[in-house]
Amino acid sequence: MRNPQLNDEGELRHLLTIEGLPREILTHILDTATSFVGVTAREVKKVPLLRGKSVFNLFFEPSTRTRTTFEIAAKRLSADVINLNIAVSSHTKGETLLDTVDNLSAMHADMFVVRHAQSGAPHLIASHVASHLHVINAGDGRHAHPTQGLLDLYTIRHYKKDFTRLSVAIVGDVLHSRVARSLIHALTLMGTPDLRVIGPMTLIPAGVDKLGVTVFHDLERGLRDVDVVVMLRLQSERMRGALLPSAQEFFKYYGLTQEKLALAKPDAIVMHPGPMNRGVEIDSAVADGSHAVILPQVTFGIAVRMAVMSILAGN
Amino acid sequence: MKIHIKNGRLIDPANNIDTRADLFVAAGKVAAVGNAPGGFSAKRVIDAAGLVVCPGLIDLSARLREPGFEYKATLESEMLAAVSGGVTSLACPPDTEPPLDEPGLVEMLKHRAKTLNLAHVYPIGALTVGLAGQQLTEMAELRDAGCVGFSHADVPLPDNQVLWRALQYAATFGFCVWLRPQDGYLAKDGVAHDGEVATRLGLPGIPVFAETIAVATIIQLMRATGTRVHLCRLSTREAVAMVRAAKRDGLPLSCDVGIHHAHLSEMDLGYFDSHCHLLPPLRSARDRDALREGLKDGTIDALCSDHAPVDEDSKLLPFGESEVGATGLELLLPLTLKWALEMKVPLAQALARITREPARILGLDAGHLSEGYTADVCVFDAEHYGKVSAAALKSQGKNTPFLGIELPGKVRYTMVQGRIVYDAGTG
Repeated sequence: MRNPQLNDEGELRHLLTIEGLPREILTHILDTATSFVGVTAREVKKVPLLRGKSVFNLFFEPSTRTRTTFEIAAKRLSADVINLNIAVSSHTKGETLLDTVDNLSAMHADMFVVRHAQSGAPHLIASHVASHLHVINAGDGRHAHPTQGLLDLYTIRHYKKDFTRLSVAIVGDVLHSRVARSLIHALTLMGTPDLRVIGPMTLIPAGVDKLGVTVFHDLERGLRDVDVVVMLRLQSERMRGALLPSAQEFFKYYGLTQEKLALAKPDAIVMHPGPMNRGVEIDSAVADGSHAVILPQVTFGIAVRMAVMSILAGN
Repeated sequence: MKIHIKNGRLIDPANNIDTRADLFVAAGKVAAVGNAPGGFSAKRVIDAAGLVVCPGLIDLSARLREPGFEYKATLESEMLAAVSGGVTSLACPPDTEPPLDEPGLVEMLKHRAKTLNLAHVYPIGALTVGLAGQQLTEMAELRDAGCVGFSHADVPLPDNQVLWRALQYAATFGFCVWLRPQDGYLAKDGVAHDGEVATRLGLPGIPVFAETIAVATIIQLMRATGTRVHLCRLSTREAVAMVRAAKRDGLPLSCDVGIHHAHLSEMDLGYFDSHCHLLPPLRSARDRDALREGLKDGTIDALCSDHAPVDEDSKLLPFGESEVGATGLELLLPLTLKWALEMKVPLAQALARITREPARILGLDAGHLSEGYTADVCVFDAEHYGKVSAAALKSQGKNTPFLGIELPGKVRYTMVQGRIVYDAGTG
């Protein structure tokens, strides 16, 4: 089966998932992002790499934050940006996903940035669009959020330099998390030797150890001597089913406090994909503390998305 | 019409025949096997040299989509698909719209099928009204209308008290109840086998114990009620072991597996291939291997097509939103042959899984070529290999994971009640 993300030359045509990408492509994206970090700090924050190109933000699931970062990234590359928020439920009859895509393609889109509640929706779109179009997955169901994985990777590289000597813990709702899956693929690809996921059994997916992680159910044991702590967002609706009894109990056993963070290495960094639930997965003292690199993540995220867009447009 | 099928390799598993022998058909019946009856003069002679002549195939589950879903398939298209696949009898599950819960609906379906005069159709009636899982249907009336068993199709029946009562009531009349074992709550929202692949792809999972817990419940209720039960579409290694043990205990239990599950596993989902969105889900390679073994050693009685034609638009959706099912009537024979070749199962034993055994489960005196019995016959070329193509499929559903795959077996002629209803030479 051919990797649907690569063209005949083995270059990146779409960015759908980090899984299955060659390490060189990841490194190339990170290196390109480094050159853009400077741009975002300049007074005139624009480069002309995507001038005349149209980027369509196709959001089938609402997300102001992610959409905005893609919008800023595209605009800094001088692209025209069109935002479409298409709220759909699977039971709404009407235009199908691919009809929508066909219509927008006819408006001469060059790039689709897709967020969808269903795992695999960007793959379906990528398999359907004309060959000059590029698809970037901005989060599909529980499956993948590759630009988030890349910006996490960028952040870790920025602070820790060498992936091959790290212990990284991902904490919380791994079951529903596309962020966790993308970061797991990214770090295993870069050779991180000690990758842990920590959470109650109800939030750890079946067979996750096959992805190359060690599972912990005890936060304190799992955090011991790690270099990086990645806290995941816990959606409030998870408390309504039979997955968790309450936010309070979750915080007590899996929330990151200063005390628990002290078990990690003294120079450990704390990351979070945002938006944070203070007092649910993370204590304010940690979120605002000296170990947190949550705001730099956001800044790097724009540079990483610029890198992905410019590389796709160049291939 | 008197027909003489000569020079073929006649395989009739029910009569333990696998030999070069001629078949003589007259007045819709098998007139003789071997030597022509006195004064027999054939109107048509079919030279079956190099071909296999066997009883018409019997399929335990084919969705014809009538009534209610004619945009997916019609009786015309699917009956043609059946006979071009060598299938001369098929059972159809009750999950039509409305469901087959009233004698009138069943009579209508039987009548429509009879008018088409192709394969025999055996409806499976709904176990509860509207498949709503609450009120029992008029099973005896439905039987009189033509139902050969009762099932809940793929619709969950969460209330075990209703299931218990339904089994008791069915046992009162000696009816067989067909159940696809799956705990509805445990499978809720799931679209793929709860394992490594679903975790990687981020698809909500259906755990193995959604099946085994249902099998355990059914077996306990069988012990309590003595009802004959047919388990549809096993998918897990553990369930095969449970059925093996229950059969050893002498419970009146039979079961089948779908052709896709005998060949494919979760790995075949690839990059979200919606053709592999099936129910039950494709499970691990370990499970698939156990199904193939169970089919060989007889724990699993029959293979069925689990035919479910789906319109193209309903498959061109993200995996979890796509409609479940695959077209199968025309692949039943090729995939049975493929399994037999790979598992080194003798051809006669393999054909028993799609002739004699399903006939026994349906309670039909069919699936054999005994003199004086209805001449439902399939003549096929076991050596012929062909690629599955959407254009060549007669079914309105072109949805199959096997598109582009080369498979053995090509049906040359299909005969129903002594009439040639399919001739590959003329289409």
